[in-house]
Amino acid sequence: MGNGTSIGRVRALGSAHTGTHHWLVARFTAISNLFLGLWLVFSLVTLPGYTYADVMKWATTPLSATFLALFVVSTFWHARLGLQVVIEDYVHEHANKFAAMAALNLAAFGGAGASLFFIARLVMIAASQETAATAMQAMQSMMGGR
Amino acid sequence: MAATKNRPIAPHLQVWRWGPAMLVSILHRVSGDGLALVGLGVLIWWLASLAGGPEAYETFTTHASAWYGKIVLVGLTWAFFNHMASGLRHFVLDIGAGYELKNNAAWSIATPLLALAATVATWAVILSK
Repeated sequence: MGNGTSIGRVRALGSAHTGTHHWLVARFTAISNLFLGLWLVFSLVTLPGYTYADVMKWATTPLSATFLALFVVSTFWHARLGLQVVIEDYVHEHANKFAAMAALNLAAFGGAGASLFFIARLVMIAASQETAATAMQAMQSMMGGR
Repeated sequence: MAATKNRPIAPHLQVWRWGPAMLVSILHRVSGDGLALVGLGVLIWWLASLAGGPEAYETFTTHASAWYGKIVLVGLTWAFFNHMASGLRHFVLDIGAGYELKNNAAWSIATPLLALAATVATWAVILSK
């Protein structure tokens, strides 16, 4: 085993056994992106309109909210993996590379976490409106019954 | 470590002779970067504005339906379909198929064209409403 060049230092050591993981997860998330992305585009194109009420009515159904959450996890994960490769390709200086990777991880996890919170919030807004509407109806029927 | 300084580095745009396979590869990265850096940003803003209530959503739609907003949204639609089409091409290449020169060039040319057609079709439906 030599020590002059990068290839010389790793030659004959065999596989690192982790190289395919990144590649495989990029494919797994690509498959879920494919289906969830087509679902999102199809849903948005077929919405009756784009007012707040239109979009909320669609987004807060159990199916839409679940798919939106899965879409967020899948796309942010895939984007993190893809941008990692871009950084590895073009940022060679060690400190800059570390800083770029740290920023990428913070942005990806932060963005995904915030998006999931917003989706949960949408569902809670819809649920509280439903409760208020039911209470209003109950009050009206009580007053009408008098 | 001095010996590692002049190792070959990742491909840069200017060292390649242009051809369909290079074009589709470069477009895959460009559209992927666009979706990651711009698309996910718009996704966060859209979800945040919905969570913020009707007024916040109004601000979002004002920008989204302005001329510059439409350019961004049409661009993202193109990026989505382009990344999807060249991603599907990658799946075919991953199983070891489609490397014959003629075949490879044909699908490399078809990929961005299919993406453009899907983008036009999508916006034709949206704008006809």
